[in-house]
Amino acid sequence: MNDLWAGLAEALRLVLRLDPDLVEITIRSLQVTLTATAIAALIGLPLGAWLSVNRFRFRRVVIALLNALMGLPPVVVGLIVYILLSRAGPFGVLGLLFTPTAMIIAQVIIITPIVASIAHQAIRDLWSEYHDLLISLHTTRAQRIKALLWDSRRALLTAALAGFGRAIGEVGAIMIVGGNIDHATRVLTTAIALETGKGNFALALGLGFVLIALAIAVNLALHMLTRTERSSQW
Amino acid sequence: MTLKSLLLSVVASLAALSAQADTMKMAVTTSFANSGLADVILPEIEIDTGIEVQLLIVGTGQALKLGEQGDVDAVLVHSRAAEEAFVEGGYGTHRREIMYNDFVIIGPSSDPAASGAADEAIGALAAIAGAEADFVSRGDDSGTHKMELRLWDAAGVDLAGDWYKAVGQGMGAALNTASGMNAYILSDRASWLNFGNKGDLAIVFEGDPVLFNQYAYLPVNPELHAHVRNDLAQKLENWLTSDRAAELINGYAIAGQQLFVFNAQPE
Repeated sequence: MNDLWAGLAEALRLVLRLDPDLVEITIRSLQVTLTATAIAALIGLPLGAWLSVNRFRFRRVVIALLNALMGLPPVVVGLIVYILLSRAGPFGVLGLLFTPTAMIIAQVIIITPIVASIAHQAIRDLWSEYHDLLISLHTTRAQRIKALLWDSRRALLTAALAGFGRAIGEVGAIMIVGGNIDHATRVLTTAIALETGKGNFALALGLGFVLIALAIAVNLALHMLTRTERSSQW
Repeated sequence: MTLKSLLLSVVASLAALSAQADTMKMAVTTSFANSGLADVILPEIEIDTGIEVQLLIVGTGQALKLGEQGDVDAVLVHSRAAEEAFVEGGYGTHRREIMYNDFVIIGPSSDPAASGAADEAIGALAAIAGAEADFVSRGDDSGTHKMELRLWDAAGVDLAGDWYKAVGQGMGAALNTASGMNAYILSDRASWLNFGNKGDLAIVFEGDPVLFNQYAYLPVNPELHAHVRNDLAQKLENWLTSDRAAELINGYAIAGQQLFVFNAQPE
């Protein structure tokens, strides 16, 4: 229990002093995870919409597969990305291993199925409501997807935030592909793992509380942004 | 969101590019990094040579693997047999000894297995096995793990039994486990002194020369991987074997105890 209080105190101390190392790894955490979330949203949201409005033979299998991939073990994703990006691997010439870009690639792979699955679920419900109207208006498939995406934007924000939440707290994959290099690829989660390994529980917990606060702040900020929209459904 | 993401990915790729200049990557063991010596010598290396050394902190097994695949420019580890195999396999240009530290046997301060009474390290471990006292092993193919297995082998102990727990993790995590279970563990002295969660644990056995732990520096072979910065690796080797390095390494102490002994031979 004492460790918990020491951790809280340490978190306060780090934030109040604006510790330069803390600021650096916090910005890197945000940079990596926001980029990964944006890319995953660009892929996952249209994919979810496309799966909702299209009927094809293996649709059920594809959706089941997508749902199952939500449980991808990050450490396995990390290992696969590592092998692909390693100098001895097929993409070795790019020299991306142990860079923030490699960490973004791993996180995109982990969270795209989550974003796509939640988006698909939300858009499917809306599609059953809009189906007759959109068909009778002779809309093209692209127009239908656009209309559905726009009108379910609240639910899609939730999909993106779920992806963000998984990525910001993820450590297994980015530890392997980023390498936790000080001043290069160290982020909050890998720093927590490092300090735990050193037995510095107070500092590790302090960083943990900063991470939780950061996740809350990002969620709050996005919700406040969406409240300002004028043409919202509800 | 889209514009922002674009900007961020541009920033990210720029950051990746700017790391090319005079930086090199070196894979080191957890025990070296956890000792805190890296925090002392890396800034000095940057001042003296202009090289920014990026550390990848992994076990010896993984460090050598990173070198084999050309993902780092040099390796600093401590497991002689594996290092020699690395050089023989053509993955490294040569092996240069830099310094040594030593291993200690950690256990409950009351030492229920009376391992501290032994004359040598092998006897201390045999006492732990005889008492079937809980023992935490790294179990991760690291240099520390290999040293531990060599000692068990010399002691003729069969490692089957509930008392022997291989956790498959780094030094710090294994020490945390030992602290939680109040178990015996083999640790390098530096990691132990820097460890913040000692609980009831204390050093129960130390000082046997077989526990000395030689660190060696291995530049990755540029003939195998054309992109490795062998020029920087060479420059770093010159620094690591210099009088300046000797002074810093021998002078590094925690709680008044010297941790590393510089023993690089001039070429």
